Amino acid sequence: MAVLVVADHDNVSLKDNTNKTVTAALALSPDVDVLVAGQGVDAVAAQAAKITGVRKVLTAQSDALGKQIAEALAACVTPLMANYDAVLIPATSAGKNFAPRVAALLDVAPISEIIEVKGPTTFVRPIYAGNALETVESSDAKKVITVRGTAFKAAGEDGSAAIEAVDPGAGAPKTRFISDELVKSDRPELAGAKIVVSGGRAMGSAEEFHRVIEPLADRLGAAVGASRAAVDAGYAPNDYQVGQTGKVVAPQLYIAVGISGAIQHLAGMKDSKVIVAINKDADAPIFQVADYGLVADYKTAVPDLMAALGDAG
Amino acid sequence: MKILVPVKRVLDYNVKARVKSDQTGVDLANVKMAMNPFCEIAVEEAIRLKEKGVVTEIVVVSIGPIQAQETIRTALAMGGDRGVLVQTDADPEPLEVAKLLKAVALVEQPGLILMGKQAIDGDNNAVGQMLSALLDWPQATFASKIEVSGETVRVTREVDGGLQTLELDLPAVVTADLRLNEPRYASLPNIMKAKKKTIEIKAPDDFGGLAGGHLKVMKVTEPAKRVAGVKVENAAELVAKLKTEAGVI
Repeated sequence: MAVLVVADHDNVSLKDNTNKTVTAALALSPDVDVLVAGQGVDAVAAQAAKITGVRKVLTAQSDALGKQIAEALAACVTPLMANYDAVLIPATSAGKNFAPRVAALLDVAPISEIIEVKGPTTFVRPIYAGNALETVESSDAKKVITVRGTAFKAAGEDGSAAIEAVDPGAGAPKTRFISDELVKSDRPELAGAKIVVSGGRAMGSAEEFHRVIEPLADRLGAAVGASRAAVDAGYAPNDYQVGQTGKVVAPQLYIAVGISGAIQHLAGMKDSKVIVAINKDADAPIFQVADYGLVADYKTAVPDLMAALGDAG
Repeated sequence: MKILVPVKRVLDYNVKARVKSDQTGVDLANVKMAMNPFCEIAVEEAIRLKEKGVVTEIVVVSIGPIQAQETIRTALAMGGDRGVLVQTDADPEPLEVAKLLKAVALVEQPGLILMGKQAIDGDNNAVGQMLSALLDWPQATFASKIEVSGETVRVTREVDGGLQTLELDLPAVVTADLRLNEPRYASLPNIMKAKKKTIEIKAPDDFGGLAGGHLKVMKVTEPAKRVAGVKVENAAELVAKLKTEAGVI
Protein backbone atom coordinates (compact mmCIF):
# COMPACT_ATOMS: atom_id res chain seq x y z
CA MET A 1 0.00 0.00 0.00
CA ALA A 2 1.39 3.39 -1.02
CA VAL A 3 0.10 6.77 0.13
CA LEU A 4 0.30 10.15 -1.58
CA VAL A 5 0.42 13.33 0.51
CA VAL A 6 -0.39 16.63 -1.20
CA ALA A 7 1.86 19.37 0.17
CA ASP A 8 0.54 22.57 1.73
CA HIS A 9 2.58 25.51 0.42
CA ASP A 10 2.32 28.98 -1.13
CA ASN A 11 4.75 28.34 -4.04
CA VAL A 12 7.49 29.93 -1.87
CA SER A 13 7.74 27.79 1.24
CA LEU A 14 6.43 24.50 2.57
CA LYS A 15 3.93 24.66 5.44
CA ASP A 16 4.15 22.64 8.63
CA ASN A 17 0.77 21.07 7.78
CA THR A 18 2.58 18.96 5.22
CA ASN A 19 4.83 17.40 7.91
CA LYS A 20 1.76 16.72 10.06
CA THR A 21 -0.08 15.07 7.18
CA VAL A 22 3.01 12.93 6.48
CA THR A 23 2.78 11.69 10.08
CA ALA A 24 -0.83 10.63 9.47
CA ALA A 25 0.21 8.97 6.19
CA LEU A 26 3.04 7.03 7.86
CA ALA A 27 0.41 5.53 10.21
CA LEU A 28 -1.11 3.94 7.08
CA SER A 29 1.95 2.88 5.13
CA PRO A 30 5.75 3.16 5.11
CA ASP A 31 5.58 4.11 1.41
CA VAL A 32 4.71 7.81 1.45
CA ASP A 33 5.28 10.17 -1.49
CA VAL A 34 4.64 13.91 -1.42
CA LEU A 35 3.16 15.85 -4.35
CA VAL A 36 4.08 19.53 -4.61
CA ALA A 37 1.60 21.00 -7.10
CA GLY A 38 2.05 24.68 -7.88
CA GLN A 39 4.13 27.06 -9.97
CA GLY A 40 7.84 27.74 -9.45
CA VAL A 41 7.96 25.22 -6.62
CA ASP A 42 11.50 23.83 -6.90
CA ALA A 43 12.50 25.28 -3.51
CA VAL A 44 9.32 23.93 -1.92
CA ALA A 45 10.03 20.47 -3.36
CA ALA A 46 13.58 20.58 -1.97
CA GLN A 47 12.10 21.30 1.47
CA ALA A 48 9.57 18.47 1.10
CA ALA A 49 12.37 16.06 0.16
CA LYS A 50 13.84 16.56 3.64
CA ILE A 51 10.73 15.38 5.51
CA THR A 52 11.57 12.25 7.49
CA GLY A 53 10.01 9.10 6.06
CA VAL A 54 9.18 10.47 2.61
CA ARG A 55 10.06 8.04 -0.22
CA LYS A 56 9.78 10.38 -3.19
CA VAL A 57 8.67 13.95 -4.00
CA LEU A 58 6.62 14.61 -7.13
CA THR A 59 6.33 18.09 -8.63
CA ALA A 60 3.57 19.28 -10.96
CA GLN A 61 3.65 22.84 -12.27
CA SER A 62 1.21 25.05 -14.16
CA ASP A 63 -0.35 28.51 -13.76
CA ALA A 64 -3.66 27.05 -12.55
CA LEU A 65 -1.88 24.84 -10.00
CA GLY A 66 0.07 27.90 -8.83
CA LYS A 67 -3.27 29.52 -7.96
CA GLN A 68 -4.52 26.30 -6.32
CA ILE A 69 -7.56 26.10 -8.61
CA ALA A 70 -9.63 23.09 -7.48
CA GLU A 71 -10.36 21.76 -10.97
CA ALA A 72 -6.65 21.85 -11.85
CA LEU A 73 -5.55 20.16 -8.62
CA ALA A 74 -8.13 17.40 -9.07
CA ALA A 75 -7.11 16.90 -12.72
CA CYS A 76 -3.49 16.55 -11.57
CA VAL A 77 -4.04 14.26 -8.56
CA THR A 78 -6.76 11.93 -9.89
CA PRO A 79 -4.65 10.16 -12.57
CA LEU A 80 -1.77 9.77 -10.08
CA MET A 81 -4.09 7.67 -7.91
CA ALA A 82 -3.48 4.71 -10.26
CA ASN A 83 -0.26 4.29 -8.23
CA TYR A 84 -1.63 4.90 -4.72
CA ASP A 85 -4.15 3.39 -2.31
CA ALA A 86 -4.82 6.61 -0.45
CA VAL A 87 -4.27 10.34 -0.80
CA LEU A 88 -3.96 12.47 2.32
CA ILE A 89 -4.55 16.19 1.95
CA PRO A 90 -4.11 18.86 4.65
CA ALA A 91 -7.54 20.26 5.60
CA THR A 92 -6.66 23.84 4.57
CA SER A 93 -9.03 25.99 2.52
CA ALA A 94 -7.20 24.83 -0.62
CA GLY A 95 -7.25 21.17 0.45
CA LYS A 96 -10.92 21.14 1.40
CA ASN A 97 -11.64 22.87 -1.90
CA PHE A 98 -10.31 20.10 -4.16
CA ALA A 99 -10.21 16.84 -2.14
CA PRO A 100 -13.92 16.01 -2.65
CA ARG A 101 -13.49 16.52 -6.42
CA VAL A 102 -10.79 13.83 -6.47
CA ALA A 103 -13.11 11.53 -4.49
CA ALA A 104 -16.02 12.14 -6.89
CA LEU A 105 -13.83 11.49 -9.92
CA LEU A 106 -12.63 8.22 -8.35
CA ASP A 107 -16.21 7.35 -7.25
CA VAL A 108 -15.18 7.00 -3.60
CA ALA A 109 -16.45 8.60 -0.38
CA PRO A 110 -14.19 11.39 0.89
CA ILE A 111 -13.29 11.27 4.58
CA SER A 112 -13.10 14.83 5.91
CA GLU A 113 -10.76 16.26 8.57
CA ILE A 114 -9.58 13.10 10.31
CA ILE A 115 -8.01 13.52 13.73
CA GLU A 116 -6.87 9.91 14.24
CA VAL A 117 -5.86 6.89 12.17
CA LYS A 118 -7.28 3.80 13.92
CA GLY A 119 -6.21 1.34 11.25
CA PRO A 120 -5.77 1.01 7.48
CA THR A 121 -9.51 1.54 6.85
CA THR A 122 -10.72 3.18 10.09
CA PHE A 123 -10.55 6.84 10.99
CA VAL A 124 -11.88 9.24 13.62
CA ARG A 125 -13.32 12.62 12.63
CA PRO A 126 -15.20 15.36 14.47
CA ILE A 127 -18.86 16.04 13.58
CA TYR A 128 -21.30 18.65 14.94
CA ALA A 129 -18.52 21.20 15.37
CA GLY A 130 -16.47 18.82 17.48
CA ASN A 131 -19.31 18.05 19.88
CA ALA A 132 -19.16 14.42 18.76
CA LEU A 133 -16.49 12.17 17.29
CA GLU A 134 -17.36 9.71 14.55
CA THR A 135 -15.33 6.54 13.92
CA VAL A 136 -15.81 5.51 10.29
CA GLU A 137 -14.70 2.49 8.30
CA SER A 138 -14.18 2.94 4.57
CA SER A 139 -14.91 0.11 2.12
CA ASP A 140 -13.36 1.99 -0.80
CA ALA A 141 -10.29 0.50 -2.45
CA LYS A 142 -8.82 4.01 -2.74
CA LYS A 143 -9.22 6.52 0.03
CA VAL A 144 -9.39 10.30 -0.23
CA ILE A 145 -8.81 11.86 3.17
CA THR A 146 -8.32 15.38 4.50
CA VAL A 147 -6.26 15.70 7.67
CA ARG A 148 -6.71 18.16 10.52
CA GLY A 149 -3.11 19.19 11.11
CA THR A 150 -3.53 20.15 14.76
CA ALA A 151 -4.26 16.50 15.63
CA PHE A 152 -0.90 15.14 14.39
CA LYS A 153 2.74 15.80 15.32
CA ALA A 154 4.91 17.19 12.56
CA ALA A 155 7.32 14.71 10.96
CA GLY A 156 11.01 15.65 11.29
CA GLU A 157 13.30 16.90 8.56
CA ASP A 158 16.33 14.63 8.18
CA GLY A 159 15.35 12.84 4.97
CA SER A 160 16.65 13.14 1.42
CA ALA A 161 14.02 11.89 -1.00
CA ALA A 162 14.41 12.01 -4.78
CA ILE A 163 12.42 14.63 -6.70
CA GLU A 164 10.61 13.78 -9.93
CA ALA A 165 8.36 15.90 -12.20
CA VAL A 166 4.91 14.61 -13.19
CA ASP A 167 2.21 15.72 -15.61
CA PRO A 168 0.38 18.80 -14.28
CA GLY A 169 -2.90 17.68 -15.91
CA ALA A 170 -5.50 19.50 -17.95
CA GLY A 171 -5.80 22.68 -15.83
CA ALA A 172 -9.14 24.43 -15.36
CA PRO A 173 -10.48 25.56 -18.76
CA LYS A 174 -13.78 26.95 -17.37
CA THR A 175 -12.29 28.83 -14.40
CA ARG A 176 -10.15 31.96 -14.53
CA PHE A 177 -8.09 33.42 -11.72
CA ILE A 178 -8.83 37.14 -11.28
CA SER A 179 -7.05 38.27 -8.11
CA ASP A 180 -5.76 37.47 -4.64
CA GLU A 181 -6.12 39.79 -1.67
CA LEU A 182 -3.88 38.28 0.96
CA VAL A 183 -3.37 39.85 4.34
CA LYS A 184 0.32 40.62 4.87
CA SER A 185 1.63 40.23 8.38
CA ASP A 186 4.94 39.81 10.18
CA ARG A 187 3.22 37.76 12.87
CA PRO A 188 3.22 33.96 12.80
CA GLU A 189 0.40 32.26 10.90
CA LEU A 190 -2.63 31.58 13.02
CA ALA A 191 -2.96 27.90 12.07
CA GLY A 192 0.62 26.96 13.06
CA ALA A 193 1.46 29.48 15.81
CA LYS A 194 2.83 28.32 19.18
CA ILE A 195 0.97 31.09 20.99
CA VAL A 196 -2.33 32.69 19.96
CA VAL A 197 -3.88 35.80 21.53
CA SER A 198 -7.56 36.21 20.62
CA GLY A 199 -9.94 39.07 21.25
CA GLY A 200 -13.72 39.02 21.52
CA ARG A 201 -16.69 41.30 21.27
CA ALA A 202 -15.79 42.95 24.60
CA MET A 203 -13.17 44.98 22.66
CA GLY A 204 -16.03 47.15 21.38
CA SER A 205 -14.24 48.57 18.32
CA ALA A 206 -11.57 47.80 15.74
CA GLU A 207 -9.34 50.52 17.25
CA GLU A 208 -9.58 48.95 20.68
CA PHE A 209 -8.84 45.50 19.19
CA HIS A 210 -5.63 46.87 17.61
CA ARG A 211 -4.67 48.79 20.74
CA VAL A 212 -5.16 45.92 23.19
CA ILE A 213 -4.73 42.57 21.42
CA GLU A 214 -1.92 43.29 18.98
CA PRO A 215 0.73 44.62 21.42
CA LEU A 216 0.11 41.64 23.72
CA ALA A 217 0.46 39.25 20.78
CA ASP A 218 3.67 40.97 19.65
CA ARG A 219 5.13 40.88 23.16
CA LEU A 220 4.62 37.08 23.17
CA GLY A 221 5.53 36.50 19.50
CA ALA A 222 1.99 35.25 19.05
CA ALA A 223 -0.53 35.09 16.22
CA VAL A 224 -3.70 37.14 16.56
CA GLY A 225 -7.12 35.50 16.56
CA ALA A 226 -10.68 36.64 17.12
CA SER A 227 -14.07 35.25 18.02
CA ARG A 228 -16.81 35.19 15.41
CA ALA A 229 -18.64 37.91 17.32
CA ALA A 230 -15.60 40.21 17.02
CA VAL A 231 -15.22 39.42 13.31
CA ASP A 232 -18.93 39.90 12.58
CA ALA A 233 -18.83 43.24 14.40
CA GLY A 234 -15.95 44.31 12.13
CA TYR A 235 -13.32 44.55 14.90
CA ALA A 236 -11.01 42.04 13.20
CA PRO A 237 -10.63 40.68 9.65
CA ASN A 238 -12.32 37.43 8.57
CA ASP A 239 -9.18 35.35 8.48
CA TYR A 240 -8.54 35.99 12.20
CA GLN A 241 -11.63 33.99 13.11
CA VAL A 242 -11.03 30.98 15.36
CA GLY A 243 -13.91 28.52 15.58
CA GLN A 244 -16.07 25.97 13.90
CA THR A 245 -16.58 28.18 10.87
CA GLY A 246 -13.12 29.76 11.01
CA LYS A 247 -9.73 28.27 11.79
CA VAL A 248 -9.07 25.37 14.13
CA VAL A 249 -5.96 26.02 16.20
CA ALA A 250 -4.13 24.02 18.85
CA PRO A 251 -1.20 26.13 20.05
CA GLN A 252 0.89 25.59 23.18
CA LEU A 253 -0.78 28.63 24.71
CA TYR A 254 -4.13 30.21 23.82
CA ILE A 255 -5.07 33.48 25.51
CA ALA A 256 -8.74 34.47 25.14
CA VAL A 257 -9.35 38.12 25.99
CA GLY A 258 -12.94 39.28 26.41
CA ILE A 259 -14.29 36.12 24.75
CA SER A 260 -17.33 34.51 26.36
CA GLY A 261 -16.70 31.06 24.87
CA ALA A 262 -19.60 30.15 22.56
CA ILE A 263 -19.63 26.49 21.42
CA GLN A 264 -18.71 27.82 17.97
CA HIS A 265 -15.48 29.34 19.32
CA LEU A 266 -14.58 26.46 21.66
CA ALA A 267 -14.70 24.05 18.71
CA GLY A 268 -11.81 25.99 17.20
CA MET A 269 -9.43 26.13 20.17
CA LYS A 270 -10.30 23.52 22.79
CA ASP A 271 -7.36 21.31 21.82
CA SER A 272 -4.83 24.00 22.77
CA LYS A 273 -2.31 22.76 25.34
CA VAL A 274 -2.84 25.60 27.82
CA ILE A 275 -5.83 27.93 27.72
CA VAL A 276 -5.90 31.28 29.52
CA ALA A 277 -9.16 33.22 29.80
CA ILE A 278 -9.45 36.87 30.77
CA ASN A 279 -13.06 37.98 31.17
CA LYS A 280 -14.86 40.20 33.64
CA ASP A 281 -17.86 37.83 33.74
CA ALA A 282 -16.96 35.05 36.19
CA ASP A 283 -19.74 32.87 34.73
CA ALA A 284 -18.52 33.06 31.12
CA PRO A 285 -18.37 29.53 29.60
CA ILE A 286 -14.77 30.11 28.50
CA PHE A 287 -13.71 29.54 32.14
CA GLN A 288 -15.01 25.95 31.95
CA VAL A 289 -12.24 25.06 29.50
CA ALA A 290 -9.53 27.44 30.74
CA ASP A 291 -6.52 26.13 32.65
CA TYR A 292 -5.98 29.58 34.09
CA GLY A 293 -8.81 32.05 34.50
CA LEU A 294 -8.47 35.71 35.41
CA VAL A 295 -11.76 37.36 36.28
CA ALA A 296 -11.01 40.97 35.41
CA ASP A 297 -11.81 43.72 32.94
CA TYR A 298 -9.36 43.41 30.03
CA LYS A 299 -8.84 47.19 30.24
CA THR A 300 -6.84 46.74 33.41
CA ALA A 301 -5.84 43.07 33.05
CA VAL A 302 -4.02 43.38 29.72
CA PRO A 303 -1.84 46.36 30.78
CA ASP A 304 -1.10 44.49 34.03
CA LEU A 305 -0.20 41.42 32.03
CA MET A 306 2.11 43.45 29.76
CA ALA A 307 3.78 44.91 32.85
CA ALA A 308 4.19 41.49 34.46
CA LEU A 309 5.66 40.09 31.24
CA GLY A 310 7.99 43.08 31.07
CA ASP A 311 9.28 42.42 34.57
CA ALA A 312 9.70 38.72 33.92
CA GLY A 313 10.93 38.99 30.35
CA MET B 1 -31.66 32.12 -15.59
CA LYS B 2 -32.92 29.36 -13.34
CA ILE B 3 -31.05 28.76 -10.07
CA LEU B 4 -31.06 25.51 -8.11
CA VAL B 5 -30.57 25.73 -4.34
CA PRO B 6 -30.09 22.45 -2.43
CA VAL B 7 -30.97 22.73 1.28
CA LYS B 8 -30.59 20.36 4.24
CA ARG B 9 -32.63 19.89 7.39
CA VAL B 10 -30.29 19.59 10.40
CA LEU B 11 -30.25 19.95 14.17
CA ASP B 12 -30.87 23.63 14.94
CA TYR B 13 -27.50 25.36 15.37
CA ASN B 14 -28.53 26.74 18.77
CA VAL B 15 -29.09 23.23 20.15
CA LYS B 16 -26.12 21.37 21.61
CA ALA B 17 -25.59 17.97 19.98
CA ARG B 18 -25.86 15.09 22.47
CA VAL B 19 -24.36 11.71 21.73
CA LYS B 20 -26.71 8.74 22.24
CA SER B 21 -25.72 6.43 25.07
CA ASP B 22 -25.51 3.43 22.69
CA GLN B 23 -22.91 5.36 20.62
CA THR B 24 -24.87 4.96 17.38
CA GLY B 25 -25.12 8.66 16.67
CA VAL B 26 -26.36 12.03 17.86
CA ASP B 27 -29.80 12.12 19.47
CA LEU B 28 -32.26 13.75 17.05
CA ALA B 29 -35.48 12.64 18.77
CA ASN B 30 -37.63 15.50 20.07
CA VAL B 31 -35.07 18.20 19.33
CA LYS B 32 -35.51 21.34 17.25
CA MET B 33 -34.53 20.90 13.62
CA ALA B 34 -33.94 23.77 11.19
CA MET B 35 -32.45 24.68 7.85
CA ASN B 36 -28.66 24.36 7.82
CA PRO B 37 -27.37 27.96 8.31
CA PHE B 38 -25.11 27.86 5.23
CA CYS B 39 -28.08 26.68 3.12
CA GLU B 40 -30.08 29.63 4.43
CA ILE B 41 -27.35 31.98 3.20
CA ALA B 42 -27.49 30.30 -0.23
CA VAL B 43 -31.28 30.75 -0.37
CA GLU B 44 -30.91 34.43 0.58
CA GLU B 45 -28.30 35.01 -2.12
CA ALA B 46 -30.52 33.35 -4.73
CA ILE B 47 -33.36 35.69 -3.74
CA ARG B 48 -31.07 38.73 -4.00
CA LEU B 49 -30.00 37.60 -7.48
CA LYS B 50 -33.68 37.35 -8.42
CA GLU B 51 -34.34 40.81 -6.98
CA LYS B 52 -31.50 42.14 -9.18
CA GLY B 53 -33.20 40.60 -12.20
CA VAL B 54 -30.39 38.10 -12.84
CA VAL B 55 -32.39 35.04 -11.81
CA THR B 56 -35.90 34.28 -13.02
CA GLU B 57 -36.75 31.14 -11.05
CA ILE B 58 -35.47 29.70 -7.75
CA VAL B 59 -35.91 25.93 -7.37
CA VAL B 60 -35.22 24.60 -3.87
CA VAL B 61 -34.33 20.92 -3.55
CA SER B 62 -33.85 18.81 -0.44
CA ILE B 63 -32.95 15.18 0.07
CA GLY B 64 -34.29 13.78 3.31
CA PRO B 65 -37.29 12.62 5.29
CA ILE B 66 -40.84 13.89 4.69
CA GLN B 67 -40.26 16.57 7.37
CA ALA B 68 -37.69 18.17 5.06
CA GLN B 69 -40.74 19.63 3.31
CA GLU B 70 -40.84 22.14 6.19
CA THR B 71 -37.27 23.16 5.37
CA ILE B 72 -38.19 23.65 1.72
CA ARG B 73 -41.31 25.56 2.80
CA THR B 74 -39.10 27.90 4.86
CA ALA B 75 -37.01 28.61 1.76
CA LEU B 76 -40.19 29.24 -0.27
CA ALA B 77 -41.42 31.64 2.41
CA MET B 78 -38.13 33.55 2.15
CA GLY B 79 -38.66 33.89 -1.62
CA GLY B 80 -38.03 30.59 -3.42
CA ASP B 81 -40.43 29.74 -6.25
CA ARG B 82 -40.95 25.98 -6.03
CA GLY B 83 -39.56 22.93 -4.29
CA VAL B 84 -38.51 19.36 -4.97
CA LEU B 85 -38.17 16.85 -2.13
CA VAL B 86 -36.29 13.65 -2.85
CA GLN B 87 -37.79 11.73 0.00
CA THR B 88 -35.70 9.15 1.85
CA ASP B 89 -35.34 8.07 5.46
CA ALA B 90 -31.83 6.83 4.74
CA ASP B 91 -29.10 9.27 5.73
CA PRO B 92 -27.22 9.31 2.41
CA GLU B 93 -23.49 10.03 2.28
CA PRO B 94 -22.15 13.13 0.50
CA LEU B 95 -21.24 11.07 -2.59
CA GLU B 96 -24.79 9.70 -2.88
CA VAL B 97 -26.26 13.17 -2.29
CA ALA B 98 -24.02 14.60 -5.01
CA LYS B 99 -25.16 11.88 -7.45
CA LEU B 100 -28.84 12.55 -6.75
CA LEU B 101 -28.32 16.31 -7.08
CA LYS B 102 -26.53 15.76 -10.38
CA ALA B 103 -29.59 13.89 -11.67
CA VAL B 104 -31.88 16.67 -10.40
CA ALA B 105 -29.65 19.26 -12.11
CA LEU B 106 -29.82 17.38 -15.42
CA VAL B 107 -33.63 17.51 -15.24
CA GLU B 108 -33.89 21.13 -14.05
CA GLN B 109 -31.02 22.53 -16.19
CA PRO B 110 -30.20 25.50 -13.93
CA GLY B 111 -27.65 28.14 -14.94
CA LEU B 112 -26.24 28.14 -11.44
CA ILE B 113 -26.31 25.84 -8.42
CA LEU B 114 -25.87 27.78 -5.19
CA MET B 115 -25.58 25.85 -1.92
CA GLY B 116 -24.09 25.97 1.56
CA LYS B 117 -20.38 25.16 1.93
CA GLN B 118 -21.12 22.49 4.51
CA ALA B 119 -23.88 21.05 6.67
CA ILE B 120 -23.31 21.60 10.37
CA ASP B 121 -24.19 18.00 11.27
CA GLY B 122 -21.67 15.91 9.31
CA ASP B 123 -19.28 18.85 8.72
CA ASN B 124 -18.08 17.13 5.55
CA ASN B 125 -17.78 20.20 3.32
CA ALA B 126 -17.88 17.96 0.25
CA VAL B 127 -21.18 17.88 -1.66
CA GLY B 128 -20.74 21.10 -3.67
CA GLN B 129 -17.27 20.13 -4.84
CA MET B 130 -18.39 16.58 -5.71
CA LEU B 131 -21.46 17.81 -7.57
CA SER B 132 -19.29 20.19 -9.57
CA ALA B 133 -16.88 17.37 -10.46
CA LEU B 134 -19.68 14.95 -11.44
CA LEU B 135 -21.34 17.57 -13.67
CA ASP B 136 -17.97 18.76 -15.01
CA TRP B 137 -19.06 22.31 -14.20
CA PRO B 138 -16.59 24.81 -12.69
CA GLN B 139 -16.73 25.45 -8.93
CA ALA B 140 -16.17 28.26 -6.46
CA THR B 141 -16.43 27.33 -2.79
CA PHE B 142 -16.56 29.53 0.34
CA ALA B 143 -18.12 32.48 -1.50
CA SER B 144 -18.30 35.87 0.22
CA LYS B 145 -19.38 37.79 -2.92
CA ILE B 146 -21.16 36.67 -6.10
CA GLU B 147 -21.63 38.74 -9.28
CA VAL B 148 -23.32 37.24 -12.32
CA SER B 149 -22.75 38.94 -15.68
CA GLY B 150 -23.86 37.33 -18.91
CA GLU B 151 -22.40 33.87 -19.29
CA THR B 152 -20.01 34.10 -16.36
CA VAL B 153 -20.05 34.49 -12.59
CA ARG B 154 -17.36 36.25 -10.56
CA VAL B 155 -16.94 34.86 -7.06
CA THR B 156 -14.83 36.21 -4.19
CA ARG B 157 -13.81 33.30 -1.96
CA GLU B 158 -12.64 33.21 1.64
CA VAL B 159 -9.33 31.36 1.68
CA ASP B 160 -6.62 30.91 4.32
CA GLY B 161 -4.82 34.23 4.57
CA GLY B 162 -7.36 36.37 2.73
CA LEU B 163 -9.58 36.40 -0.35
CA GLN B 164 -9.38 34.95 -3.85
CA THR B 165 -11.53 36.05 -6.78
CA LEU B 166 -12.34 33.65 -9.62
CA GLU B 167 -14.42 33.93 -12.77
CA LEU B 168 -16.36 30.83 -13.83
CA ASP B 169 -18.20 29.97 -17.03
CA LEU B 170 -21.87 29.19 -16.39
CA PRO B 171 -23.36 26.78 -15.55
CA ALA B 172 -21.37 26.51 -12.33
CA VAL B 173 -21.56 25.36 -8.71
CA VAL B 174 -20.96 27.97 -5.98
CA THR B 175 -20.94 27.27 -2.23
CA ALA B 176 -21.76 29.96 0.31
CA ASP B 177 -19.64 30.98 3.29
CA LEU B 178 -20.90 32.82 6.37
CA ARG B 179 -20.20 36.37 5.29
CA LEU B 180 -21.94 36.22 1.91
CA ASN B 181 -25.06 37.84 3.40
CA GLU B 182 -27.41 37.90 6.36
CA PRO B 183 -30.53 35.88 5.58
CA ARG B 184 -33.89 37.61 5.92
CA TYR B 185 -36.78 36.48 8.05
CA ALA B 186 -39.86 35.42 6.13
CA SER B 187 -42.73 37.89 6.52
CA LEU B 188 -46.17 36.64 7.53
CA PRO B 189 -47.75 37.37 4.12
CA ASN B 190 -44.87 35.49 2.44
CA ILE B 191 -45.31 32.54 4.82
CA MET B 192 -48.99 32.44 3.80
CA LYS B 193 -48.09 32.69 0.11
CA ALA B 194 -45.52 29.91 0.45
CA LYS B 195 -48.26 27.50 1.51
CA LYS B 196 -49.63 27.70 -2.03
CA LYS B 197 -46.27 27.10 -3.72
CA THR B 198 -45.63 23.65 -5.20
CA ILE B 199 -43.38 21.06 -3.59
CA GLU B 200 -42.96 17.97 -5.76
CA ILE B 201 -42.32 14.80 -3.77
CA LYS B 202 -39.97 12.44 -5.57
CA ALA B 203 -38.13 9.24 -4.69
CA PRO B 204 -34.41 8.57 -5.05
CA ASP B 205 -35.35 6.02 -7.75
CA ASP B 206 -36.68 8.92 -9.88
CA PHE B 207 -33.08 10.17 -9.96
CA GLY B 208 -31.06 6.99 -10.40
CA GLY B 209 -31.54 5.62 -6.87
CA LEU B 210 -29.27 5.43 -3.85
CA ALA B 211 -26.08 3.60 -4.68
CA GLY B 212 -25.35 2.48 -1.12
CA GLY B 213 -22.77 3.81 1.26
CA HIS B 214 -19.00 3.48 1.13
CA LEU B 215 -18.51 4.48 4.75
CA LYS B 216 -19.74 2.64 7.81
CA VAL B 217 -20.09 4.53 11.06
CA MET B 218 -18.61 2.25 13.72
CA LYS B 219 -19.45 4.48 16.64
CA VAL B 220 -20.11 8.05 17.69
CA THR B 221 -18.60 9.18 20.97
CA GLU B 222 -18.29 12.31 23.05
CA PRO B 223 -14.96 14.09 22.88
CA ALA B 224 -12.79 14.14 25.98
CA LYS B 225 -13.92 17.00 28.20
CA ARG B 226 -11.48 19.64 29.33
CA VAL B 227 -11.67 20.25 33.02
CA ALA B 228 -11.76 23.79 34.28
CA GLY B 229 -8.46 24.82 35.83
CA VAL B 230 -7.78 27.40 38.47
CA LYS B 231 -8.65 31.07 38.83
CA VAL B 232 -5.68 33.35 39.39
CA GLU B 233 -5.86 36.57 41.40
CA ASN B 234 -3.94 38.87 39.11
CA ALA B 235 -1.74 39.22 36.04
CA ALA B 236 1.50 38.71 37.97
CA GLU B 237 0.30 35.37 39.32
CA LEU B 238 -0.83 34.40 35.80
CA VAL B 239 2.59 35.13 34.30
CA ALA B 240 4.31 33.23 37.13
CA LYS B 241 2.12 30.17 36.56
CA LEU B 242 2.58 30.26 32.79
CA LYS B 243 6.36 30.35 33.29
CA THR B 244 6.89 27.85 36.06
CA GLU B 245 3.83 25.57 36.18
CA ALA B 246 2.81 25.39 32.51
CA GLY B 247 6.21 26.28 31.02
CA VAL B 248 4.66 27.80 27.90
CA ILE B 249 6.30 31.25 27.94
